[in-house]
Amino acid sequence: MPRQPHRTPPCRTGHARLKRALLLLGLAFPFALSADCRGTGDLGVVIERMDGAVGIIETTHDRLLGEVQGLGDLSHASTVFSHDERYAFVFGRDGGLTKIDLLEGRIVRRILQAGNSIGGAITQDGRFVAVSNYRPGGVRIFRSDTLEPVADIPAEYAPGKRSRVVGLVDAPGNRLVFSLWDAGEIWVAQLGPDGRPVRLRKFRGIGRQPYDGLITPDGRYYLAGLFGEDGMALLDLWNLDAGVRRILPHYGRGERRLPVYKMPHLEGWAIAGREAWVPAVGHHAVLVVDTLTWKEVARIPVHGQPVFVMARPDGRQVWVNFAFPDNDTIQVIDTPTRRIVKTLRPGKAVLHMEFEPRGEEVWVSVRDRNRVLVYDTRTFRVRANIPIRHPSGIFLTARAHRTGL
Amino acid sequence: MKSAPILLASLLLALSSLPAQALSPQRRAELKNLVLEDCGACHGSRLKGGLGPSLLPERLGRLPDALLEQTILEGRPGTPMPPWKAYLTPEEARWIVRQLKQGSLLPH
Repeated sequence: MPRQPHRTPPCRTGHARLKRALLLLGLAFPFALSADCRGTGDLGVVIERMDGAVGIIETTHDRLLGEVQGLGDLSHASTVFSHDERYAFVFGRDGGLTKIDLLEGRIVRRILQAGNSIGGAITQDGRFVAVSNYRPGGVRIFRSDTLEPVADIPAEYAPGKRSRVVGLVDAPGNRLVFSLWDAGEIWVAQLGPDGRPVRLRKFRGIGRQPYDGLITPDGRYYLAGLFGEDGMALLDLWNLDAGVRRILPHYGRGERRLPVYKMPHLEGWAIAGREAWVPAVGHHAVLVVDTLTWKEVARIPVHGQPVFVMARPDGRQVWVNFAFPDNDTIQVIDTPTRRIVKTLRPGKAVLHMEFEPRGEEVWVSVRDRNRVLVYDTRTFRVRANIPIRHPSGIFLTARAHRTGL
Repeated sequence: MKSAPILLASLLLALSSLPAQALSPQRRAELKNLVLEDCGACHGSRLKGGLGPSLLPERLGRLPDALLEQTILEGRPGTPMPPWKAYLTPEEARWIVRQLKQGSLLPH
């Protein structure tokens, strides 16, 4: 029996022809990728923080494809992706939530959902997007297709007192996990089929000023870093009744903590074998933690105070960038020997690093040079040097299929 | 004879009250970048606040210059605000406070 052709082809060539005609007339679309039938697995976005814009990048040829403007205040902005990797949800500092079509290079919808916000997550089923807000403190949930509001979780930890929310991640079972900076709490929200929370578990007294959180790639452990004291808070999402455990309680070992000029980030999970690699707040050190015992097994002296500690996807290397005034440098640690094998100086204000999903290249934003550099992670050679104004966060679509990103 | 030291002292005083003139245009550009980018990491690149409070004129106008300069130079113990005195002179802190109160660093 002959196979039936697809009723709706994945790209509409007629539509593409129309667009091409419009383009020829100079009528529309500064760039319109959908004119060519293509996938999105090699696409990503770069936040251009002073311009309220994002650049759309492509990793196959290491290039900038175009720019989408009109996204508001993008200091500290981050992005998650729809499961089909076509849409990016950009969370801005001004409470803006913007849905971008990567293929057409345009804003699909933009809402202002709060006064001041810090990041977001997409649920396991991909149907909802959640934003963590500073003001009003809490988490808001929206439909990912329309950005219609679905639910609001005020982070009210005492009567009339709302906390700023940080470290929001998605967890298996359509749950959201986040930390309350002002209250020192971790909350776990179980969402129902309509996206509203059906159950909220609150863990109090987890430590002072949690600054960020992350979840292990298997979705089992949530870890919050503490700013107000040494240590981290660990929650086993497979066993909530066991409560929050404190780990690395004394990593400063009485040493005076240095002033912190940039809050570290916990993102993804720098993991190599059974070891996790995390920044030591206020110290020039990266800590290595055994994920079976959750004890510190090593500390590696580094060039400055770490901001991002990121493992190459294979876990063989860990790349570290640093806070002001050491933010012109990246160090690369070889995980089996725990030795620094390379010190790179990309330029002033290295803000973020994003590995391509197979780890052969890493994208680095160098804010004050107005550049994004793409490094070969084996030879450390610069493979591409892309002019982009004030670049900060870099997010590739492969994140669409990773828990917590 | 007595007037020379007094003249010198008043000259120094006059100089110290004109710090902005002492900052080169290049240094001012660096300071502007520092405020919007590095301070902006916590206070927002539009200075509307974030983890740190708003640095807009509406809020800072109510606070004395000396307190704000000291906050920049010495930090705020018990909060994430670090001391900047290793990287900024008192004159530079004073210049930043004046610009913040005038709202003149914001991108338009």
